[in-house]
Amino acid sequence: MSEAARAVERAARDSRARLLAFLAARSHDVAAAEDALSDAFRAALESWPRDGVPDKPEAWLLTAARRRLIDAARHARVHAQVKPELMAALDDAQVITSDHEHEFPDERLKLLFVCAHPAIDAAARTPLMLQTVLGLDAARIASAFLVKPSAMGQRLSRVKTKIRDAGIAFEIPHEAELAERLDAVLEAIYAAYGSGWDDVAGADPRRKGLAVEALELGALLMRLLPEEPEALGLSALMLYCESRRNARRGPDGEYVPLSEQDVTLWSQPMIEQAERLLRKAERMGRLDRFQLEAAIQSVHAQRAHTGNTDWESIALLYEGLVRIAPTIGARVGRAAAVAQARDPQTGWALLQQIPEQALISYQPYWALAAHLLDRMGRGDEAHAARERAIGLCEDAAMRAYLIRQQD
Amino acid sequence: MNFSILIHETAEVFARRDEPAQRPVLYAPIGAYLQALRDAGVFVGGAGLEGPATATVLSANGTGWKVQDGPFADAKEQLAGIIIIDVPDRERALEWARRFPTQPGRKIELRANLIPPSE
Repeated sequence: MSEAARAVERAARDSRARLLAFLAARSHDVAAAEDALSDAFRAALESWPRDGVPDKPEAWLLTAARRRLIDAARHARVHAQVKPELMAALDDAQVITSDHEHEFPDERLKLLFVCAHPAIDAAARTPLMLQTVLGLDAARIASAFLVKPSAMGQRLSRVKTKIRDAGIAFEIPHEAELAERLDAVLEAIYAAYGSGWDDVAGADPRRKGLAVEALELGALLMRLLPEEPEALGLSALMLYCESRRNARRGPDGEYVPLSEQDVTLWSQPMIEQAERLLRKAERMGRLDRFQLEAAIQSVHAQRAHTGNTDWESIALLYEGLVRIAPTIGARVGRAAAVAQARDPQTGWALLQQIPEQALISYQPYWALAAHLLDRMGRGDEAHAARERAIGLCEDAAMRAYLIRQQD
Repeated sequence: MNFSILIHETAEVFARRDEPAQRPVLYAPIGAYLQALRDAGVFVGGAGLEGPATATVLSANGTGWKVQDGPFADAKEQLAGIIIIDVPDRERALEWARRFPTQPGRKIELRANLIPPSE
């Protein structure tokens, strides 16, 4: 690869998201900004080998993309009132790029907030983030979400049209709504990681393959919001789950529940990093959902040193979690922890309080119910609950594990 | 909204059905799956099918039917079963389709059932 081609590649890797966020924040049109930016990268591939790599590659790309956006706006039937506004905004971009003293502002946080805006369908938020902030293509995203690439492509372009037509603002939310909006951003990043803690039996992400991308988004959010303890909590949580990746499956791919995992297979560097983040978050003195979830995983991680699990602490942390965020996952997790800390009857009583409608197709509930019923000596009911858990399984290794228990 | 979950299998999976030791391995998880569908109230109907070699194929030949033995088409996977479910949307249908027990050589096709035109 030539020096120039490497420079283009480096700019694409390091600056694509910042350039896109900057252009989209000014044009309010994510799709048009993406198109303009791809054109700019294509132009760079042609001109840099010929004319040399510019001193400020990012400024060069921004100027080229800005020109394309203006051309596109001229040709498209952009609303008459929007046009002058767009031109003015893009002129700002010109001023910024010609200012050699300063780098252009980082608008990626605004882009993250737009991706998780309440007007956008919750199911589309994570894919949109992966595409705009990390530059993943629709086919890759589609495979992680188990849908057809064409369907994912359509979903993403519908969302971008909505952002443009509804005029969703690229801004950091006001204090009054910041917590709620931030929660949606955290949720969308965590959804990319997979529902680790929902699975009381062993924290196994269902959606494989996006863990690295989710960690990257989490790290970006920490950099953009250094004073936000929940951003630290989310990254810590994902790192604790990630540290157990190699322990989750046996040599033949069989499922290994958390309690039976070989702790020497856990990644201690990841656990240490998670501990550091969690302690830093705790010092900020504002405890919330993701820090609690991370704290639960932190207690589990202690087993590598102490050889046992402090279920009393886990039960207490789940109690706090259920008060803040009474999701079905948290309630099932609390019942499991209480059953371990005290006795299966107390855990079972907590399980019985969960509304039945919510449990119909929630697999971890049935797996836990089978386990507790067994411990209470109610074998027939345990068998029926485990059948239900087997029938609701998506994961082949987990299914095989439950079938082995059934025999 | 009704959807059909069509299960297709290779000749090897069909052959394994005849081995007594393999039968519980193949059928037990499917039984649990069907029960979960019933318990969730989404099961409409369905059937597992005998192997493709037992099929009788009728082909329209202009005036009537030509009747032949054997599989319908020479495909790698053959239809092995059908399950019809009633769920609010395609996303929910896909969720249930994904829960069907996996098996090397098994393919699942998910299709929405036609809605009869109202008169």
